[in-house]
Amino acid sequence: MAAHTTSLIAVALLSLYAVSVTAQTRPQRIISIIPSVTEMLFAMGAGPRVVGVGNFDRYPPEALTRAKVGGLIDPDIERIISLKPDLVIVYGTQSDLRAQMERAGIPIFPYQHSGLADITQTIRELGTRVGRHRESTALAARIEADIADVRTRVSGRPRPRTLIVFGRDAETLRGIYASGAVGFLHDMLEAAGGANVFDDVKRQSIQTTSELAIARAPDVIIEIGAGTASASGRNLRAWDAIVAVPAVRNKRIYLLAGDGMMNPGPRISESVRRVAEVLHPDAFRK
Amino acid sequence: MTIGRRIAVTWLLFGAGAVVVCLVAPLVGSTSINLWRVFDSSIPFPDNTDAQIFFVARLPRVLAGALVGSSLAASGVVLQALLRNPLATPFTLGVSAGAALGAMLAITFNLSSGIAGFSAVPIASFAGSLGAMAIVYGLARARRSGLSTNVLLLAGVTLNSFFSALILFVQFLSDFTQTFRTVRWLMGDLDVSSYAPLIAALPPIGLSFAAFAVLPRRMNLLSISDESAASRGVDVHRTQRLAFLSASLATGAAVSLGGPVGFIGIVVPHLVRLMVGADHRLVLPASAFGGAAFLVACDSISRTALAPLEIPVGVVTAIIGGPFFLWLLIRHR
Repeated sequence: MAAHTTSLIAVALLSLYAVSVTAQTRPQRIISIIPSVTEMLFAMGAGPRVVGVGNFDRYPPEALTRAKVGGLIDPDIERIISLKPDLVIVYGTQSDLRAQMERAGIPIFPYQHSGLADITQTIRELGTRVGRHRESTALAARIEADIADVRTRVSGRPRPRTLIVFGRDAETLRGIYASGAVGFLHDMLEAAGGANVFDDVKRQSIQTTSELAIARAPDVIIEIGAGTASASGRNLRAWDAIVAVPAVRNKRIYLLAGDGMMNPGPRISESVRRVAEVLHPDAFRK
Repeated sequence: MTIGRRIAVTWLLFGAGAVVVCLVAPLVGSTSINLWRVFDSSIPFPDNTDAQIFFVARLPRVLAGALVGSSLAASGVVLQALLRNPLATPFTLGVSAGAALGAMLAITFNLSSGIAGFSAVPIASFAGSLGAMAIVYGLARARRSGLSTNVLLLAGVTLNSFFSALILFVQFLSDFTQTFRTVRWLMGDLDVSSYAPLIAALPPIGLSFAAFAVLPRRMNLLSISDESAASRGVDVHRTQRLAFLSASLATGAAVSLGGPVGFIGIVVPHLVRLMVGADHRLVLPASAFGGAAFLVACDSISRTALAPLEIPVGVVTAIIGGPFFLWLLIRHR
């Protein structure tokens, strides 16, 4: 009886070990809830093994064909477990989901947005984790080379003081949200040869009043929109009310639409380039 | 002192106080400006940064604070008298929840293109407040000819919870950035940065204040009982209708202009009563001026305390108003 129990435990332990080893080596059923990570997985060629994505994932188009498993604040745990994943990429703040996955014995890969350098770092770590080491290393190196190219082109040029706006009420200067001195938007601007007007505010975002916008006197205002629809709705002429701002007077207000701009994923080097092209058009003339 | 003189003194003192606060408030802010440059007409306006901060950023904001503050405080007085309940606020009867639902819908379903050059959010929130007002009014009149204040109160409170549930449902449907914006809207924001929203809010607020002007004497009688008011020649039903509609209209316009800024409608009237007594001929104008001064002062704190960051003005009024109101509560026992 005792021997029987011991051997049962041994078998259980062995199978647990086997499961964890296969999971560690090469996950076959991956779930990613965060749009930027989903993009990374597809870009490094792990897309065919992605079985579930987040409700807000839009890119690449292939991702839309996968099962939807909720979002950042409302992940559908039943759905996730029923997809039998062997790797779930969770956001750092999703502690409930993390605990549930650990209880269900499903391996996780925690991730959190931060600066520009962390994007390629994440791509490398994720690639190693999902058995795409070579592809992810190449992808990260390509992104870094593209960003380095932009940096070279803009180096030595005057850095225009720039206000990066990522949210504003339509038709007015109300509810303006701008990038502070922390995070990938700030890093993106810095790599593109601009200087953030809020480089003293050590936060990811700041709600900007019209007074602050006038007082900081940006040379350039860049509005970025998550979707083309919401971005085109934001009438840039609302800025005309504060004509004392150099960017308004010199008509240097730009709208960069598209969901890639707000997404710290593999398309980040394109975003850096788009910002650099409006800041330093001369540097990109053929 | 005769009542006529007391009314005149109240108007003068509270009016002067509000004017002083509104004159000082545009001078403070996250940036320091040079007052001489502001009014220096030799510098063309497009080049005059100081003047633009003063006239585009600060002045509309102070005026918005004055309009919203006085509307909410005066509506609070009127509703407390109408419901004979000292705990009534402009938000008790569901008007602000209706406004909030309207704003949430506009933000979530991205009516971002605006309507005829106006931002969609204030229009939707004003429409929401009118909708809520119509529902509560219809319910309160459904069972008898006049307004049943009990039904009014219960319908308002129920509608508040119902709309709050709908708001949560809309938020559940919206994505993360929209949820953030809707939550921020609920904290109140007076940074209107142009005069257009003020002009849009003036007609409903002006209409309400015209109604407030004829209410005080009747409210004095009504606050005793409907019967005694009727015996003194007050048309009770008409007065109740006027009080409800004008207070709701002013609240709806104020909320769509600056968001549901809390505590003004309850703290200011009670504070004013401590100073001038219970006569509505004194309480109503004093509260209107006091509300303007209180909100403009709170907004100045919100603009400067953590500059360049801004504390939402509803948070400032709550932090000052909440403890103060609790103090009032135990002091009166």
